[in-house]
Amino acid sequence: MDGTKAANALKEAGLAALVALLLAVPLIGFRLTEGLQGLGIETRFDWVAWGVGVVFFGRFGLALTRGSRGDLLGHLPAMPKFPTGTGRTVAGLLLLLAIAMPLLPVADRYMVEIAITVLIYVMLGWGLNIVVGLAGLLDLGYVAFYAVGAYTYALLAINFDMSFWLCLPIAGLFAALFGIILGFPVLRLRGDYLAIVTLGFGEMIRIVLLNWKEFSGGPNGISSIPRPDFFGFPFAREGEPGQTTFHQLFGLEFSPMHRIIFLYYLILVLALLTNWFTLRMRRLPVGRAWEALREDEIACRALGINPTNVKLSAFALGAMFGGFAGAFFATRQGFISPESFSFIESAVILAIVVLGGMGSQMGVVIAAAFLILVPELLRDFSQYRMVLFGMAMVLIMLWRPQGLVAHRAPSARLEAGA
Amino acid sequence: MSLLTVEHLTIRFGGLVAVDDVSFAAADRKITAIIGPNGAGKTTVFNCLTGFYKPDVGRMMLSKDGQEWLLERMEGFRISQQAGVARTFQNIRLFPKMTVLENLLVAQHNVLQAASGFSIAGLLGLNSYRTAERAAIELARHWLDRVGMVHLANDEAGSLPYGAQRRLEIARAMCTGPRLLCLDEPAAGLNPAESAALAALVRRIRDEDGVAILLIEHDMSVVMEISDRIVVLDHGRKIAEGTPDQVRDDPEVIRAYLGAAEDEVAS
Amino acid sequence: MINGLTLGAIYGLIAIGYTMVYGIIGMINFAHGEVYMIGAFISVITFTILGPFGFASPVLAIVVVLMVALVFTSVYGWTVERIAYRPLRGSFRLAPLISAIGVSIFLQNYVHMLQGAKMKPVQPVVRGGFVLAEEGGFVVQITYLQIGIIAATLVLMAGFTLLIHRTSLGRSQRACEQDRKMAALLGVNVDRTISLTFVMGAALAAVAGLIFTLYYGAVDFFIGFLAGLKAFTAAVLGGIGSLPGAMLGGVLIGLIEAFWSAHFPIAYKDVAVFGILVIVLIFRPTGLLGRPDIEKV
Repeated sequence: MDGTKAANALKEAGLAALVALLLAVPLIGFRLTEGLQGLGIETRFDWVAWGVGVVFFGRFGLALTRGSRGDLLGHLPAMPKFPTGTGRTVAGLLLLLAIAMPLLPVADRYMVEIAITVLIYVMLGWGLNIVVGLAGLLDLGYVAFYAVGAYTYALLAINFDMSFWLCLPIAGLFAALFGIILGFPVLRLRGDYLAIVTLGFGEMIRIVLLNWKEFSGGPNGISSIPRPDFFGFPFAREGEPGQTTFHQLFGLEFSPMHRIIFLYYLILVLALLTNWFTLRMRRLPVGRAWEALREDEIACRALGINPTNVKLSAFALGAMFGGFAGAFFATRQGFISPESFSFIESAVILAIVVLGGMGSQMGVVIAAAFLILVPELLRDFSQYRMVLFGMAMVLIMLWRPQGLVAHRAPSARLEAGA
Repeated sequence: MSLLTVEHLTIRFGGLVAVDDVSFAAADRKITAIIGPNGAGKTTVFNCLTGFYKPDVGRMMLSKDGQEWLLERMEGFRISQQAGVARTFQNIRLFPKMTVLENLLVAQHNVLQAASGFSIAGLLGLNSYRTAERAAIELARHWLDRVGMVHLANDEAGSLPYGAQRRLEIARAMCTGPRLLCLDEPAAGLNPAESAALAALVRRIRDEDGVAILLIEHDMSVVMEISDRIVVLDHGRKIAEGTPDQVRDDPEVIRAYLGAAEDEVAS
Repeated sequence: MINGLTLGAIYGLIAIGYTMVYGIIGMINFAHGEVYMIGAFISVITFTILGPFGFASPVLAIVVVLMVALVFTSVYGWTVERIAYRPLRGSFRLAPLISAIGVSIFLQNYVHMLQGAKMKPVQPVVRGGFVLAEEGGFVVQITYLQIGIIAATLVLMAGFTLLIHRTSLGRSQRACEQDRKMAALLGVNVDRTISLTFVMGAALAAVAGLIFTLYYGAVDFFIGFLAGLKAFTAAVLGGIGSLPGAMLGGVLIGLIEAFWSAHFPIAYKDVAVFGILVIVLIFRPTGLLGRPDIEKV
């Protein structure tokens, strides 16, 4: 009966509007203003009215079209099922695109810079995917390892004049060492305790970096970090006497783009290395043990697998890739400060892994592109950018709680009849 | 010669004595069943043997070929790794999102891990590791064949029917290459045909693979049919021990079971 | 010491929200810190609106503000649960956590956008206090405000414990905690119980927000993050799922912070707090008052 349906919808909408009114009045309706006599207040009831109106009619419309009480997102289209092999084709095409991208005529400096940022997050996502996606260990302080890598490179390069290529592995190993030191005492804890301890650890690193001025430069950070060179040939208009620069080496016109494009390929290679490593590890005993541990730790113990070692290896390897990415970040920016390593970074990286679909390498790429590009596209609305970002995170989770790519490829197959 | 000797095993949870001074032995290449009403402490004994609980008092010794392992002194995962005690769980614990084959490969983790040179040889794709992996897959295929599941090898373990999951768990335990296999209610939830097949499977493991089996089971037809020896627990105490025929006629055992039955009716 | 207790009261009140939600649906409500921040903001706004009317007694003003903050903050708590968590109940473990992080980012920036980034200072409402001891020019004093805060927290705690142990709501809550499916079969309205848990958590966070406003006299949109983090630490320290544990954890963390600030470089006080958390967890993985859980095999 249409009458009752409309009445119900009206009731639903009324309730929603009432809640919206209660939500809106205190924070939207009044705005605190700072005056000379302390705080003043300003009213904005027109905004409240707009908001409540939108909620009322929105809910009314939804209730009418979808029937009442339906989940708001239950009716969104499901992801289409792709035939097997699509993933591989898409991955191949994406890789080609990634390789060709900076050479395309449309690619300007801004685009390549953004692409570098996306790739850094893809790499971080892949690194954290080992810990969270495969081993199922909830790490909320991944940014700590990123910071360790960045500071290791910056300090070694500045104080000991070591080259990027030497520092890169050191930064990775150092981050892995941190992972082990942290992991050893805490990996025995159950999931959520681990989450809070890693979160705390991330904050501790940041606080130490912020306050230990002699060591890390405190809030001012470290600046003029050496930029990478092309295996000994610097990217500069003029090399030092007797030194060949990159453009001289190849007989090119000097262009500042060279370095950016080089950085792009560098992070692409680093990220692909992470990916190759992870895919390879998945097919090895340790990788299978990671996944088994995520599925059932007790069964693992009954099968003679040492859970601590397996967890520690996941933690250390994930940390190592975070360290690599950190070293790259430092050399790319030329400047680092604790501000770049706040909790929100950890949250974004974790969101990339979970939104992508835990354990899915392709999902990480899609989610990283989305989470980095969307705020970038919303630049003009910078005020609302983070608000929309938070909202988008919630909406995607509601839409696809298992992540964008939920498919899992087996690590071994039994061929029939062989 | 007994493979496993348990002496004066006692476990308390707070004030409750879950297992009270239980001693028994399990012979090599024999099936020893532990039976008793619900709450008798059977699974607790298993959890002790496999290192999930530490006993308050008692000794659990596994000995074979001149080697000895004191289980109560070993860390949980080493009991399977070194002493070779494998187990299944009352409420199946597979790795549900992994395939059947992967489940069996995880069970061979320690062998493969050594062959992969702690992943380095494996990462480089060295031949030695490839050979080891092929051998592991062969062993998995062998056990899949034994439990009649070769055609399911690439399916997700969590999507299998219940009976197949039970069999897979046994196959997985066997892939660790155990000396002693502990089965915790393997026939629970199976239909009579499946139970019979299970009994045959367990018997073949004893006869062909030379593995001792410790069995917790409520299905008396299975227990009486395949057990070589039976230990009866009630309220954490051992009340009887002997061959199936001896236990069947033991007045103490009958009282425990009938008493339990009355309790169940009353509640 | 007294400072530590006051701070501890704030952490404890927020921590209860974490502990209750965790106990009942096993999730870390990451947005809870922001709910507390919203509570503080609503308090400031209400104080400012009331300002010109000039209440005769500050106590009356505080009571009015408390009521307003309680109601509106609870609506926020309820809405967050309804929109962002309920649809995800029953999906895998990390989904609600990510959703919660999303909500947290949203709320923080929503307040930032609407109210601006600046600190909002408030005129002190309650002044004065007792001098407890005077030693060589060193005055130990306890203000009326501190007494009020500690007393209010104690009363709230007592009332709360009664609520959980004596009323049918508390009973439903405890039932849901043990076994949600069974509780539903026995006729407990699980959805409503969970909603009310969030509402109660938000209400307590609102009280904490008000206390913060009164005590520190300034609020900004970022206070929720660190307070939330420490309150969660407090909940874990005390044993997550345990109400007295949450309070104890909060007080301990408050005291540690006050003690550390008095004797060591203040910048590292947060490091000290987390350091102690790690140590406690290593030796007592279930927290101070948590039930030791026997692994079910």
